[in-house]
Amino acid sequence: MKLLLSLAFAATFSIVATAQVSKEPVITLPAGFGSNVVAKNLGRARHLTVNGNGDIYIKLERLKEGSGIIRLSDKNGDGRVDDTTGFGTYIGTGIAIKNGFLYASSNSEVYRYKFNGNVLDTASRETIVTGLVDRRQHASKSITLDNAGNLYVNIGAPSNVCQEKDRATGEPGQDPCPLLETTGGIWQFKTDKQNQSYADGVRYATGLRNVVGLDWNTSTNTLFAMQHGRDGLQDYKIFPDSVAVELPAEVMVEVTKAGDNFGWPYCFYNQFEGKNVLNPEYGGDGKSVGRCADVKAPVVAFPGHLAPNALLFYTGSQFPEKYRNGAFVAFHGSWNRAPLNQQGFFVAFVPFKNGKPSGKWEVFANGFAGNENITSPRQAVYRPCGLAQGPDGSLYVSDDVKGNVWKISYSTK
Amino acid sequence: MKAVVFMCLLLPLFGVAQVKKSSKKATTPTGNGLQQSVSKGKVVYAAYCLSCHQADGSGVPNLNPPLVQNNWVLGPKNVLIEQVLNGSRGKVEIDGETFHNTMPPMAHLTDQQIADVITYVRNSFGNKASRVAPAEVKALRAKTK
Repeated sequence: MKLLLSLAFAATFSIVATAQVSKEPVITLPAGFGSNVVAKNLGRARHLTVNGNGDIYIKLERLKEGSGIIRLSDKNGDGRVDDTTGFGTYIGTGIAIKNGFLYASSNSEVYRYKFNGNVLDTASRETIVTGLVDRRQHASKSITLDNAGNLYVNIGAPSNVCQEKDRATGEPGQDPCPLLETTGGIWQFKTDKQNQSYADGVRYATGLRNVVGLDWNTSTNTLFAMQHGRDGLQDYKIFPDSVAVELPAEVMVEVTKAGDNFGWPYCFYNQFEGKNVLNPEYGGDGKSVGRCADVKAPVVAFPGHLAPNALLFYTGSQFPEKYRNGAFVAFHGSWNRAPLNQQGFFVAFVPFKNGKPSGKWEVFANGFAGNENITSPRQAVYRPCGLAQGPDGSLYVSDDVKGNVWKISYSTK
Repeated sequence: MKAVVFMCLLLPLFGVAQVKKSSKKATTPTGNGLQQSVSKGKVVYAAYCLSCHQADGSGVPNLNPPLVQNNWVLGPKNVLIEQVLNGSRGKVEIDGETFHNTMPPMAHLTDQQIADVITYVRNSFGNKASRVAPAEVKALRAKTK
């Protein structure tokens, strides 16, 4: 009886789902690049990282057969994954390998595990950071590490624009915004000290509403991050729809000194004006600058609402010269661009020279959504979420709709 | 846990069954009245609901709940009326998926607008359920004040 009812229910929903599914998407890439699917159906595959021996570690936002981390290995060396194992009983987004340790985050902690050679000791789990704010909205804790023994953790603000009544159009923002004390920024911790929390960490960057993609750039020796900009600016009818859906810009920021402030919730970056301006919840009209004059400017501005979920500076030598030290950004795709179509289910690339963007951003890998005309994100077949670089310089992309992982390689043949 | 999952699966079926039963009663207005409410509700939806719940009512995975054939939409009308009046800060779970964004209260809309938009939602995106009358919104608004 139980089973029958469940089946009937599943059937009802699968009809709805089938009507929306497009044919299997084809991933498009620049000339010379090719991709192949190395894993399928892992579920909510968020960030991923690749060890020096080629093992792929993927963090899941929903447990798969009781595991929150999946390891994919190619044991017989034929270039295909032939061994899949899971461990870690917590959900989350962040995962990274540094100096013989695997770091992974839940929505309130960061753990690490020790490698013995290329074998991860999953029983060696230590809690490095604990007690971070998790109020569901913007709860994921992405991580990156520098070369000086520091760990960087984003703590997203559980809010849109720090209004007391969150997301109520016309409600003023709280001033000062109390959320900034424990969220809305990136915190720095030590990699080798257990059970650190706010009192042990440094608020390394502030005024960032929510960051999912961040990376330590080893050529500039600085932290870069991609902000998820505020929603609902179009509800204020300050701009025509075609302009409003592009605002605020999804920005890439560079943190050059501890404590750098990027303006949330008081300011947003208007890429058409080329400056940070006041949010309407803080008296702004879309152009006036006020207190935002002191806010640090971004290094790259992308169209609004595309949801950058991963950032990776390419340090390999497999890809052509143009890509070296440049930034790949995985966009999850928008939901807040109505009445226009939703956009941005792709991986973008920004060329860098001497630590600065040296050209306009471009779409690198596209086609994940399976359809150009997406009016609701649920219509997207795949949504890019994580990026990793393999030991051979290939680029890996994860998807958190079905749980695919693609390997993108370059060949002159 | 199993029981909870089972209830989640069962509730929508229960909701549909209940709604069908109640819609047979003569308390619902005529087809013309329903159509009028649906078309007025569509305008309200586009202005206040669509940006989060999407043009096709499918919501946003992980963030904003879908309005397609689930018990929140097809079940007891009071649940939906209260949701629109008071908004929501809590976690919403539908079919094993959880949704985490805040919904702001929409109490600034008139009883008529709320009745129309709920009637529109209950009769769109593959849904079929009885209409909501402004008096039902008014009664709940008085209670929650």
